[in-house]
Amino acid sequence: MKLSRRLFIRDGVATVTLGLAAPAFLAEIAQAQSIPGRRLVVVYLAGGNDALNTLVPYQDASYYSRRPTIAIPAGQVLQVGTDAAGRALGLHPRLTALRSIFDQGRLALVQRTGYANSSRSHFEGGDIWGTANPQNSTGSGWLGRYLDTLPRPVDALAAWNTTDETPRALKSAITGVPAIANAATYNFSSPNQGVAAQQERNTAEVMASNLAPGRPHLALLNGANLGAIETLDRVAQARTYTPTVAYPNNGFALALRTVAGAIVKGIGSKVYWVSTGGYDTHAQQGANGGGAYANLMGTLGDGLGAFYTDMRNQGLSNDTTVIVFSEFSRRISENGSGGTDHGAAGVMMVLGGSVRGGLHGTSPSLAPGNPTLENSSGDVHYETDFRSVYATLLDNWLGVSSVSVLNGDFKAGAPAIF
Amino acid sequence: MSQLDPAVDHLLRRAGFGASAADVETYRDMSPAAAVAHLVDYAGRPDDVDERIGRPDHVQVSTNNLFAPDIDIDDARQRWMFRMVHSRRPLQEKMAMFWHNHFATAFSKLANDSGTKQAAKLLTAKPGSLRGPMGQIELFREYGMGSYRDLLFRFSQHAATVIWLDGQFNTKTKPQENFGREIMELFSVGVGYYTEPDVYAAARVFSGWNLRESEGYSDNDMNAYKEFVYNADQHETSEKTFSFPIYSDGSKTIPSRSESAGMQDGIDLITALAFHPETARRLARKFWNFFVSEIVPPDPAFVSATANVYLQSGTRIGPVVYSVLNSPWFNDPSAVYARYSWPAEFVVRSIKEVGWQNLSVDKARAPMSNMGQALYEPPNVAGWPLGANWFSTSTMLARSNFAATLASSQKGFLAVGLQEQATSPQALMTAMLDRITPAPFDALPQQALLNYLVAGGAWTGNESQVSTRAAGLARLLVASSEYQLV
Repeated sequence: MKLSRRLFIRDGVATVTLGLAAPAFLAEIAQAQSIPGRRLVVVYLAGGNDALNTLVPYQDASYYSRRPTIAIPAGQVLQVGTDAAGRALGLHPRLTALRSIFDQGRLALVQRTGYANSSRSHFEGGDIWGTANPQNSTGSGWLGRYLDTLPRPVDALAAWNTTDETPRALKSAITGVPAIANAATYNFSSPNQGVAAQQERNTAEVMASNLAPGRPHLALLNGANLGAIETLDRVAQARTYTPTVAYPNNGFALALRTVAGAIVKGIGSKVYWVSTGGYDTHAQQGANGGGAYANLMGTLGDGLGAFYTDMRNQGLSNDTTVIVFSEFSRRISENGSGGTDHGAAGVMMVLGGSVRGGLHGTSPSLAPGNPTLENSSGDVHYETDFRSVYATLLDNWLGVSSVSVLNGDFKAGAPAIF
Repeated sequence: MSQLDPAVDHLLRRAGFGASAADVETYRDMSPAAAVAHLVDYAGRPDDVDERIGRPDHVQVSTNNLFAPDIDIDDARQRWMFRMVHSRRPLQEKMAMFWHNHFATAFSKLANDSGTKQAAKLLTAKPGSLRGPMGQIELFREYGMGSYRDLLFRFSQHAATVIWLDGQFNTKTKPQENFGREIMELFSVGVGYYTEPDVYAAARVFSGWNLRESEGYSDNDMNAYKEFVYNADQHETSEKTFSFPIYSDGSKTIPSRSESAGMQDGIDLITALAFHPETARRLARKFWNFFVSEIVPPDPAFVSATANVYLQSGTRIGPVVYSVLNSPWFNDPSAVYARYSWPAEFVVRSIKEVGWQNLSVDKARAPMSNMGQALYEPPNVAGWPLGANWFSTSTMLARSNFAATLASSQKGFLAVGLQEQATSPQALMTAMLDRITPAPFDALPQQALLNYLVAGGAWTGNESQVSTRAAGLARLLVASSEYQLV
């Protein structure tokens, strides 16, 4: 049996990763052979992530005076250097995995992302990030419009949403996105077992293959039915994946593991959507770098770290970019209940083997009256329009014109993340 | 074919949730016109359905603790599903669902604001069950066939609505536009028939339409409550001018009023919007899609006729629905099976037709969410994306797998019930299509179904074969594309 080089490498990696991380040179060789086609994994932090405790301006005295309870002690932060404005920054102490990716030069931290007159509503804010349209956030999503540019007929698994409901960003006029929260339950169940169950599935497939001439509404339904049946086996294939690393046992990490399975098994989805919640931290965020917010950071960092390493071990990280965003950040000053209320500009993260890592943009200065602030210095004012990050992802990663997908030219001011 | 007059079958799919075996007995001898009257004039029949929760011969509910549908949203979902399956007033539930979509209000935002128990109470509490106003859904049950002006007014002054559309922040110094915009965009005339200055004016009209908490309020005290309050000192008193007439004399300006009299501003605007001819036409188009067809666009003659009934009856919905269901458009052959079922319609109809013995409606709760319709959780204020938008690979798979769950739960009962009739594959098919009513099959799927019945070997009609094939057939019929149409 003739082994392809990639298979050989993958098997080799599988062997060596029993106890060790894959040697970087093996991964680099494998990447040269990896399947064509780039993909984007979108991670949504639901509820409004407190960016100032994610990426901490640990030398800003106002950070400590305005957050007497919840500030991360300077001695605990994971230092990542100083930004273009000379402000020293550190990651939350639970983001050790992300610091490691940062040190490899593959994590970009885009500071102060947002837009003018930032919505403080979860609902509207989420829709604005989803539609990429602060003026009218009720239409299709930016990723849905990207999917609409793909040649027809579009593959039923062109995108893969790991949450139950289609997020605004993936809403499209003409491209359906399957919601496959759990590959294990994306199956065809039956009141019977064995052969009879298989016969039901075969029968359903034949029934759905009816072109239904003269009944276009029925043909549309048959298309959805057939699309489901025809994707079952590919999703089941993704389910058979054995990762090269141990993923943490929580919903977020398991969703990333499902995504990894789909990528490694060559399912071919261009966009994956993953969400993790609990970020609406109005109360009891935790003190001294611990507590509820630290748990959120642990879940985020450990999950992303496992995924990134898994992709690298598989030689697929050069084709896989992850972005992390939230609908808004939070107030600078803590509130009366040890938490923070809804704020404005936050931090986006972009990571992957092709990402130009580092600190992009500049940190706010938190002293009242500073021009990097807004809303009577209550909130962080945006510096980078979030749509310019979308624009560079579309133009330089997914390879489509951002101007048509975003209905406007937002390239100006885009961070150089590729 | 079902055992009912096809016109009555059609009517029950639209004005109800399909027909169970018991419903077949009720409607068997009714003419279509008599059935319309029976469905619409439900006020004379007792609303006793909730008392039957937990009784034998009904679909079951499941709960970990005490069944508490007034304060637990999952229990509330089960109660509503139970009502859809068993109410003797199916049109009342259908209209509640229509208004729940039209006045879409989501549990999660209310829970964010007031905790899960108060949020459930705000949406679902039965009148008189707990202190405080009745749940929003009960408004739709109680007043859903009355005057639209009245319904819009009650909806606008419901605490759930105030929280949902940020009315508590509507003060005279910072008029809040959310409600002022939506009442024109979604609840009345629609986009194109109001201007941005109208939105600003409406925000000022509703300034002071706020929220009040009962004394000693706490989220966890079930006898505590939030309710609407007109906060006179937060009302902005100057006159407000609109681009459309507010008063019957054609005047477009709501006069300046004192703070104490200022609530009348909102009442005047609501009345004007309810009686606006464009509201009449917009509702007529919505009723076309809900009752008549999603495949054929609204016939202008229907829109005009229905809008006239609405305006001439003083915006009363009962006469409008009566007129729609008796109209030639409703009874046109092109309207039959010309709607895409909502997940709730699909689930309830399938339970009614396949059976519910030893089945809990809770089995449908998670699947409905996967189908795209968690009750009390519309995706946004515009309601659910209807029609073909209900269908994607994953939502279709969710429907398909619910069909499997349902057929599996009824497997033994189906086998016993059909054993005698199942003398041949064709006979089993005929007997099954007496109760399960998909849109007609073309030759290809029909042959595929017959092939399935003998795929395990020649027909013997023995117990094991009937048990396997009847359940499998029920699953395939309910999961078919044809069955998704109503």
